[in-house]
Amino acid sequence: MSFENDVASHRIYLLRFARLQLRNDAWAEDAVSDTMLAALAKPQGFAGQSQLKTWLVGILKHKVVDALRANLREVNVSDLRADAESDELDAIGFKADGHFAERPAQWGNPDQDLGQQQFMTMMDACIERLPPVQGRLFLMREWLEMDCDEVCKELKITSTNLYVQLHRARLRLRECVELNWFGLKRA
Amino acid sequence: MLFLNRSCKEVAALVVSREDRNLRLGEQLQLRAHMLICKACPDFEKQILTMRNAMRQWRNYTDDISRK
Repeated sequence: MSFENDVASHRIYLLRFARLQLRNDAWAEDAVSDTMLAALAKPQGFAGQSQLKTWLVGILKHKVVDALRANLREVNVSDLRADAESDELDAIGFKADGHFAERPAQWGNPDQDLGQQQFMTMMDACIERLPPVQGRLFLMREWLEMDCDEVCKELKITSTNLYVQLHRARLRLRECVELNWFGLKRA
Repeated sequence: MLFLNRSCKEVAALVVSREDRNLRLGEQLQLRAHMLICKACPDFEKQILTMRNAMRQWRNYTDDISRK
């Protein structure tokens, strides 16, 4: 297969990450196209030491950061405050004195679960279900692997705002994984 | 004097916050002290650590559905 075809064969894969991160199909398509053009323009950059896919993802991350920078220069602060009253911790269930209403479920030995394709598909779905702003911030941390200071600087938000959003995203994701995987396994 | 007595709800919040920021010394001590006397919070902590692992795997997994 030619290098062009090899690169093209990863398009859908790249698009999946770009969509999850950017939450906007047009931006995602652009980021992936830019990635593929950059790859084809500089095939010598791919020295073959790593997987082609890994190399492409590396380029894509840069393109995605560019897209975030261009499109989200300022996160709408009202989006961040929209559900300021809600407390995802309450969804876990605490008594008035702050004790767990029920003991948190044992997730067993999750190593086997984590290795499964189905588990990853479920994770995709849970991540996709996060509200857009929350989802973007969460994946800037978890997929782009930016530290909190960088995220705050890029998006001009306060660390307090960021921490609140990440906190909520993590709790929602935990809840989603419990409902759609570990809870089902116990049932 | 440090007030070590924290509720499960407060401790659960610290366990989640730890994924994104360094806990202050006081918070670390409160967390540790609570974990020693609580049965429920260590279970919650395990879930959050599993999520940390799950995200790492998610980031790296390559055997994806859309490959072909």
